[in-house]
Amino acid sequence: MTSTTDRLSGPEIDALRPHAHGGHVRHGGRFPSIVDAIGFTPLVEVPNVCPNPNVRLYAKLEFMNPTGSVKDRVAKYLIEDLEASGRLAPDSIIIEPTSGNTGIGLAMIARRKGYRVAVVVPDNVTMERRQLLSLFGAEVIDSPGHLGSNGAVAMAKHLVQKDPRFVMPYQYGNPANPRAHEETTAEEIIADCPEVDAFVAGLGTGGTLMGVGRRLRRHNPGVRIYAAEPLPGEKVQGLRSLDEGFIPEIFDPTAIDGKFLVSNTDAIEALRELTDKEGIFAGVSCGAVMVAAKQLAREMERGTIVALLADGGWKYLSEDIWTRDLETDEDEIDSLNLW
Amino acid sequence: MTAVRIPPVLRAQAGNQKKVEVTGTTVGEALESLLEQFPSLREQVFTQDGSLNRFVNVYVNGRDVRYEQELATPVGESDEVILRPAMAGGR
Repeated sequence: MTSTTDRLSGPEIDALRPHAHGGHVRHGGRFPSIVDAIGFTPLVEVPNVCPNPNVRLYAKLEFMNPTGSVKDRVAKYLIEDLEASGRLAPDSIIIEPTSGNTGIGLAMIARRKGYRVAVVVPDNVTMERRQLLSLFGAEVIDSPGHLGSNGAVAMAKHLVQKDPRFVMPYQYGNPANPRAHEETTAEEIIADCPEVDAFVAGLGTGGTLMGVGRRLRRHNPGVRIYAAEPLPGEKVQGLRSLDEGFIPEIFDPTAIDGKFLVSNTDAIEALRELTDKEGIFAGVSCGAVMVAAKQLAREMERGTIVALLADGGWKYLSEDIWTRDLETDEDEIDSLNLW
Repeated sequence: MTAVRIPPVLRAQAGNQKKVEVTGTTVGEALESLLEQFPSLREQVFTQDGSLNRFVNVYVNGRDVRYEQELATPVGESDEVILRPAMAGGR
């Protein structure tokens, strides 16, 4: 027997749910499919790690998404963009350069929708990311780890040129990426925390910062947008010249207000504090975001910060992130590809 | 003296050093001090009009100087200056 809500679309189901925040629900609810359950993540205050009592610091827990990362939102929009553009033929293979999370999201959605996916990943990403990609049926193509994400992007572009079956959504240059955040992530933040003064997120493709920033500024032109970015270790800087440098096409550096460079070691220290004091089990880039957010909190007289925690800690367990001696293993830790 | 961390991609032109000691009280002066020691770095770090190459990021104590006072950003002896190429982020 089919219930009423089984036949309703997302907005209609929303209308039936009790919730306090115009058009948005807290985590949970009932959905027609796992793909429809993407988003609606909780915003949780983290006072025990906030260094300024006059600042309220909130964490948006993106690891509550179906495959455990913010990239589910982007993957959904990227695939819907491919579908709308008519680029998918029956023999198409969706290919994407990714250090893991986008690929996992794409693979999960592709499995649900019946598409074939290949992902190009640096060969030094954590074991768990490979396992998840494989179990969702993605074909995993290795790029040289010492070239970082630059190497994965270059290899994916090369493969697309060689084989017409490959169709690349290309998260680094596709406006659907920031649009996912403009239309979902930012809307949820405004619904849950309209008083937000500053937003902090990791800088990867730039999609989160661009999309959330664009929407938050329409809500409050004075809001400030900050990026935390990784300081790659010695083994992950394999450029031959600066001309091989890469700025994602969707990223406009003038659209943010500041950038914090954070080493893996500093990120992991903040991550451990987040686990110890707040009970939040997050991924390494989230530690870097917390380093930046805490520094901002120290510099603000008062106000409200939202820090986006992109993924959970599960995919990093094999690297002993929570138990390693950070002083002894600093060089090795800083060389890992943990973003 | 302030230490400037040199990324692997620029080290061949900086005597294969990971860190170079420089003088100066601003980022601009510190970079000039670096380029006096290693002139071939100039065309990598600056454009012809004297602004920072868009593929070079400079950080003082972890803050990107493009969002601070750019080349006028102050540096002290205990500050860490990092040069870094713009690279693709993960995910």
